[in-house]
Amino acid sequence: MPTATELVDPISAFADLRQLSARARGLILQTVHHAGAGHVGGPLSATDLLIHLYFNEMRIDTNRPYWDARDRFILSKGHASIALYVVLAMRGYLPIEELKTFDQIDSRLQGHPDLKALPGLDMSTGSLGQGLSPGVGMALGSRLKDLPFHTWVMLGDGEIQEGQIWEACFAASRLELDNVTAILDFNRLPQFGWPASEGFTRGKPIDDPGAKFRSFGWNVIECNGHDHAEIAGAFATAKRHKGQPTCIVAHTVKGKGVSFMEGDYLWHAKVPDAEHLKRALAELGLSDESGEGAA
Amino acid sequence: MAQELLQTTPLAVAPLVALRDTWGETLSELGSLNRNLVVLDGDLANSTRADIFQQAHPDRFFELGIAEQNIVGMAAGLATVGFIPWISTFAAFVAKRALDQIRVVVAQPHLNVKLCGAYSGILTSKTGKTHQSVEDIAVFRAMPGMVTLAPADANELRAAMFAMMEYDGPVYLRVTRDASPVIFPRNHQFRIGKSILLREGSDVGLISTGPQTIRTLIAAELLAADGIAASVLHVPSLKPFDEDAIVEMATRTGCVVTSEDHSIIGGLGGAVAETLGEHFPTPMRRIGIRDTFGESGPNDAILQKYGMTPEHIAAAARDVMALKKG
Repeated sequence: MPTATELVDPISAFADLRQLSARARGLILQTVHHAGAGHVGGPLSATDLLIHLYFNEMRIDTNRPYWDARDRFILSKGHASIALYVVLAMRGYLPIEELKTFDQIDSRLQGHPDLKALPGLDMSTGSLGQGLSPGVGMALGSRLKDLPFHTWVMLGDGEIQEGQIWEACFAASRLELDNVTAILDFNRLPQFGWPASEGFTRGKPIDDPGAKFRSFGWNVIECNGHDHAEIAGAFATAKRHKGQPTCIVAHTVKGKGVSFMEGDYLWHAKVPDAEHLKRALAELGLSDESGEGAA
Repeated sequence: MAQELLQTTPLAVAPLVALRDTWGETLSELGSLNRNLVVLDGDLANSTRADIFQQAHPDRFFELGIAEQNIVGMAAGLATVGFIPWISTFAAFVAKRALDQIRVVVAQPHLNVKLCGAYSGILTSKTGKTHQSVEDIAVFRAMPGMVTLAPADANELRAAMFAMMEYDGPVYLRVTRDASPVIFPRNHQFRIGKSILLREGSDVGLISTGPQTIRTLIAAELLAADGIAASVLHVPSLKPFDEDAIVEMATRTGCVVTSEDHSIIGGLGGAVAETLGEHFPTPMRRIGIRDTFGESGPNDAILQKYGMTPEHIAAAARDVMALKKG
């Protein structure tokens, strides 16, 4: 069994993670451009958190995607699947080249994650609000089987409007499951949302989500979801906290990393054209070729 | 090839046993045989009789409250870690309140979750529309890979539960509330996907599922008293569906009546109509809920109002016999 130190590099400089995040953003944009479909804003807001999980946090072994003691990850906001596929590809679960098949017929990279299709995925998702409950079930299973793994569930801030999220919160706190962590990608912009006074932006789907999780008996940590030092601190604190599940409210920006996409709800699922892609890659400090074949 | 006739206990001497009691007892028995069996309850354990399991295996019983969507999701998560979760709630709530959850995290990933719908069908102890479940067979038949079972009596239920443990994948099990005459032998072997011939006769084919099979057998006796020989085919497996046996029965009898404690749309009647329409068009009648919401009331009154008594089944048989070809 690999030890944690074999699987992750604990002294990995955050500069490396920032570089990986930029590369992931480039691959996301190139893949969506190539597929002619997919989401952009949400994947870009979640990128740093996903890179951090898979390159600096989770106890996983890419050669053994079904290892029973691996840490689990559920992308409850399944429409951000391309971000997860890109990170799984960069981590070695699938060839980077395979990203070209995203959203195509017979692809393992379904529009929304399919547990049966791709090793490395821990749950099928896509219908919003459903990812936390399986995560709570995995955490309970970990305790019952005495398997020392941690379960991470990424939630979108739009989907926590679903009542099932709060059913799951209630169950997790009552069972005192401290081995499950929800990461809320709090980018404040759902697909359409409520009109707001400030032009192209919209009203956030939910106010002060941390207070709501706290009232359901969860430990709550707030962090900047684009700052790897803050993310590292939040993950470590979440895992240390005992007797309660933890929710990390990660403050993020929809479309992060590309100036003309940031904070614009219209980039939720808009496909970048060739000119958009060129400008975006330039802003990310990547050349057209650096995405390694997805375009 | 004609099916073999199963020797059953005559109705006149069959003891009455409540299916829910057998469900709780069998669950407890299965829990002793397999340490990975866990039960997730939606605050109804003393109605579904999951409380019998809870007393025997308190460490593997989880009271998750009135939150069916979360229960289904947690079951999916537990299944990925190697547990075999059995869900205890009413059919109406698991099959409809948590339908999308079942589809997304149980059926599509084909996880080993056993969904048990207690108080299935129309006889739900004077509770009425909200607690009756007459669309569940239809929705699960339409869901890829979802095994759907409706046993007739306590012994068949017990055998079905053993078969469910052997099967690695999602199953929806209907469990009726009230007592039914026990006609199946104690050592009955349940085979998922297979129907069972309970009575032979070439004048008309009666096809039934769940506890409605008992009333169908009574109907066959009523018909026999008039010199009409009816076959009775019991279909406890709505999915996979025993198309061969249905076609064989229609070939032999030339006319059929279906009978179920479910809507005639999409359930057993629908499945038989689809099968015969494609393979052997045959005059048929359907007994069941006819596109309406049920009322609360005593069982006898409900069966009378919705046309589901043995007399109704016998009348439908006489009616359809008049349409036989040749």
